[in-house]
Amino acid sequence: RAVLIFLLFVHCSYAIYFHVGEKEKKCFIEELPEDTMVTGKYKAQLWDKRSNQYLDSTPGMGMHVEIKDPESKVLLSKSYGSEGAFTFTSHTPGEHQICIHSNSTKWSLFAGGRIRVHLDIQVGENTNDYSQIAAKDKLTELQLRVRQLLDQVQQIQKEQNYQRYREERFRQTSENTNARVLWWSLAQSAVLVIAGIWQMRHLKGFFEAKKFCS
Amino acid sequence: RTQIELKMQCLLFIVLFALGVHTTYGVELTYELEDNSKQCFFQDITKDTRATMEYQVISGGRYDVDCTIEDPDGLKLYSEKRKQYDSYAWDAQKTGAYQICFSNEFSTITHKVIYFSMIVGDEKPLVDTMDRATALNQMETSCVTIHEGMKNVIASQTHFRLRESLGRVFAEGINTRVQIWSAIQVTIMIIVMVGQVFVLRGLFNTKKPFTRTDT
Repeated sequence: RAVLIFLLFVHCSYAIYFHVGEKEKKCFIEELPEDTMVTGKYKAQLWDKRSNQYLDSTPGMGMHVEIKDPESKVLLSKSYGSEGAFTFTSHTPGEHQICIHSNSTKWSLFAGGRIRVHLDIQVGENTNDYSQIAAKDKLTELQLRVRQLLDQVQQIQKEQNYQRYREERFRQTSENTNARVLWWSLAQSAVLVIAGIWQMRHLKGFFEAKKFCS
Repeated sequence: RTQIELKMQCLLFIVLFALGVHTTYGVELTYELEDNSKQCFFQDITKDTRATMEYQVISGGRYDVDCTIEDPDGLKLYSEKRKQYDSYAWDAQKTGAYQICFSNEFSTITHKVIYFSMIVGDEKPLVDTMDRATALNQMETSCVTIHEGMKNVIASQTHFRLRESLGRVFAEGINTRVQIWSAIQVTIMIIVMVGQVFVLRGLFNTKKPFTRTDT
C-alpha cells in the first residue's frame, strides 16, 4: 500500500498537462542564468479508444528529451520511458530549449496518436528538496529555514548577474542601431550627391555630343 | 468486511488525492505558439483552492494573444482577446481539470513566444513534519517573513526579465529593419539614378530624326 500511496503522490505532484499528436514535438524555453540547475519530470499517457481514457503506461512507448543551450549546442539528448525525469545545469546564460517528443509510431497506430503529457519543470532554488537536505545534514528547523533563505539569495544574485549581462547585450544592440542609422544617413547623403553629380556630367556630355548645346 | 475495507481504502485515496493535488505549487513555462494555432494546458485543481495564472507575450507580431480559462464543465471563467499580458486569479468552485488555452488563430504570419505561470494553492512546507499549527518562535517568524519577501523579489525579477526581453526583441527587430531598409534604399537609389539617365537619353534619341530633317 505504501508503494501505491507513493505512486499516487508522484502522480499528483505533476503540475500541468497538455496533449500532443503522435510525432509532434513540443518545445519549451527556459531563460536561465549560469550555473542554475533545472529539473524536469514528465509522464506520458496514451489515449485508449476502447476504455475511453488515458492509460497510465503503454509498453514500448518512450519519449525523447532534448535540451539545447543558447548556442544551439545539445546539452542532453536522451530517450526515456513513458515516465521520466531529467536534470541539467546551465553553463552559459541564456535561452535554453527543452524539447520533448515521442519516439515510436508502433503503438500510435491503434491509439489515434493522442498523447497526454504531464510536465513539471523547476528552476534554481525550487529544485531543492529540503526534507532531504534536512535529513542528510541533520539541520534543525531554523537552520533549514536559513538555508532556504541562503539559496534564495544566491538565486537572486545569479539572476541579477544575468540581468547585467542582458542589459549589456541590449545596450549593444541599441548602440549598434544608433550607429547604423547615423552612418546610413551619411552614406545616403553621399550617394545622393555623387548620383547628382554623375547624372549632370553624364547628361552634359551626352547633350554636347548631340550638339544640343555647345 | 472487505467492502468496508475497500471503502476505507477509497476514502484514504480520496484524502490523499486531495492532499496530493493540494501540494502542487507553481509552474512556469515559456513556449512558442505557431501561427494560426491553439495550445491548451490543463491543471487539476481541488475545490476551494486559489489559483493564479499570469501570462505575457514575449515576442512576435503585435505581442498579443487570445486567452481563455475554462472550468471542468466547460464554463468560461476568463476570456480575453488580443492581450499583451494579464493575470487572473480565481477560487476553484469545482474539483477537476481546468483548461487554459492560448490561441494565435487570428494571426496567419507571426508565431509567438508566450510565458505563463500558474500557482495553485499554498506553498508546501519545507519538511512534512513542519506543521503550520505549531507556534513559531521569533527567529522562525522573521525567517518566514524574509522568505515571503524573497519570493516577492524573485517574482518581480521575473517580471522585469520578461519586460526586458520584450524590449530587447523589439530593439533587435528595429536593428534588422534598419539594415534591410538601408539595403533596399541603396538598390532603389542606384536603379533610379541609372534609370533616369537612360530614360532621358532615350527621350532625346527618339527626337534625333526630327532634328536631322530640320538641318
